[in-house]
Amino acid sequence: MTRGTGSGRTALVLVTAGVALVVLVALLAPLLAPYPADATGGTETGRILRPPSAAHWFGTDELGRDVFSRVLYGARVGPVVAAAVVTVSLLVGTAAGLVAGYFGGWIDEALMRLTDVFLAVPALLLALVLATVLTPGPVGLTVALTVTWWPWYARLVRGEAASVAGRPYTEACRALGLGHRRTLLRHVLPNASTPLLVQASTDVGGVLLVTSALSFLGLGPQPPTPDWGLMVEQSQNYFTTQWWIGTFPGLAIMLVAALFFLLGDVLRDRLDPRHTPRIRP
Amino acid sequence: MKRARNGRGLPVIRYAARRTVLSALVALGVVVLTYLIARVVPSDPAGVWAGPRASAAERARIRAELGLDRPVAEQIVSYVAGVLRGDWGLSVLTHRPVLTDLLTLLPNSLQVVLAGLVIGLAVGLPAGLAAVRWHGRTPDRLVRSGALLSAAIPTFWLALLLQTLLASRLGLLPIAGSHDRAVLAAHPVTTVTGLPLLDAVLTGNGAAAADLFDHLLLPALVVASYPAAVVARMVRASLLDAAGEPHIQMVRSLGFPERTVLGRFALRLAWNPVLQLLALIFGYSLVNTFLVESVFDYPGLGRYAADAVQSLDTPAVVGVTLLVALLYLAANLAVDLAQAALDPRITLR
Repeated sequence: MTRGTGSGRTALVLVTAGVALVVLVALLAPLLAPYPADATGGTETGRILRPPSAAHWFGTDELGRDVFSRVLYGARVGPVVAAAVVTVSLLVGTAAGLVAGYFGGWIDEALMRLTDVFLAVPALLLALVLATVLTPGPVGLTVALTVTWWPWYARLVRGEAASVAGRPYTEACRALGLGHRRTLLRHVLPNASTPLLVQASTDVGGVLLVTSALSFLGLGPQPPTPDWGLMVEQSQNYFTTQWWIGTFPGLAIMLVAALFFLLGDVLRDRLDPRHTPRIRP
Repeated sequence: MKRARNGRGLPVIRYAARRTVLSALVALGVVVLTYLIARVVPSDPAGVWAGPRASAAERARIRAELGLDRPVAEQIVSYVAGVLRGDWGLSVLTHRPVLTDLLTLLPNSLQVVLAGLVIGLAVGLPAGLAAVRWHGRTPDRLVRSGALLSAAIPTFWLALLLQTLLASRLGLLPIAGSHDRAVLAAHPVTTVTGLPLLDAVLTGNGAAAADLFDHLLLPALVVASYPAAVVARMVRASLLDAAGEPHIQMVRSLGFPERTVLGRFALRLAWNPVLQLLALIFGYSLVNTFLVESVFDYPGLGRYAADAVQSLDTPAVVGVTLLVALLYLAANLAVDLAQAALDPRITLR
């Protein structure tokens, strides 16, 4: 086993730098983008469908907007939705999983059967059905995906909580007179936090893929939002002749998703070599 | 020894029965969940059914006819009763029975998924083995990064890229559709299994098989990207775990060649997690075909679902979701039962 050695640290530094870069691009998009007005802006008839050049690194689209600027702004849509979905799902799933695993009994049984139902429908399909009900846009997308995503964490936490619930040290907590809440948060939750962190990092990538797919189907942010999935969708008619319009946004999705998958792997190597995080949609 | 004493036959059957009942209950839950979601839409299926020019009275009549004026709970009960009888309701959009629509389109989608899974396994298994064989060296690094990237590729984007490159630019494969009408008219396919390509091959219908294969190849390649990546990762991870097991180390110390150690001994341990993953991959790929079908204009469940969703066709939406969930549950059940039957270490509860 050669995991978690010196090269692991280099990898962690590199991947963290990559994530920091995405965050910076999202924050500083107005400063970094050469044509900030093009993020949402109207038609620039003077420069329609130009191939990549020094002035327009990624070319311009069918409305004359700078694709590079729009890709930079895109870091404010998809990745933010993905991070929000994972965060809220973590909170909801952790709370539900802790209660179910720790108390057991009918609460546990009811919750696990509920997650069975949610997990029996692939995430993309359930989110698709939900997204049609909600108002299209980043918020609707976040809600739809959170509803489909929390059961994963509920089950993960539930398993860990159940495995420590009967151990002497949790019984000691109770015997010492600690309340359920304190026992759960301070003594049971930390046991589950490592696999949870590793899986959540990987999931940001997975959720980004699903949000982008829903945007591609027209169920996410609406034009002229510079969302990567939506940009690929709108480039469909130009893909054969003006390859640059759709290629760069797609590449952005792929690189950011791969970055978070990698983050999960690297964290796993450092913290929790027993579990391989699941790349899941 | 323990195997023999437990009496293998009965527990497996009891386990199978228990799991089947549980799966059926989950499926019931899926129907209720989807129905509730779909009915939350502040829409008017009766209006869609009747068309834009229908009068208010006509719409009310249709509403009563479709049972939409009754309480939601009552609607769900009658829907479930219908599903059990094989009556999945009428599509508001096509005015045909939903089940008939779905069963007509299912073989096309299933064909794409299965071909994708076969390609994915054919690439992922050897890639994972190679990564372990040369652990920490160049092949391992290539497989790791390749798997990461191919899992991260947005399906719809890969579909567009391959369609542009291989079909539009190079003209190697058809751009869209599931078949060439002229070819299939000249060489009709006899139905055996229901999967068109398989039927064409089984009946020795070479011309039709070649045409169906050409149309299937690109969508299947796109679908294969995720399974290949995930299988390679899983094979690699579980083989590396297995390599630490005492009996594997013993086999190795006995001087067996590395090929045999991995292929004959370690791989057997790696099968379980991979098999378990297959159900998940199957479910995901089935939905992934929705995106692929929309790019390649391939007539399957995905295009039907997209149309249904856009036109608020509740029975069709619920029907597609239920069918996918049923297939997914069946895949999970099949995997669990196969494992229970094959692996004596799994305790049957």
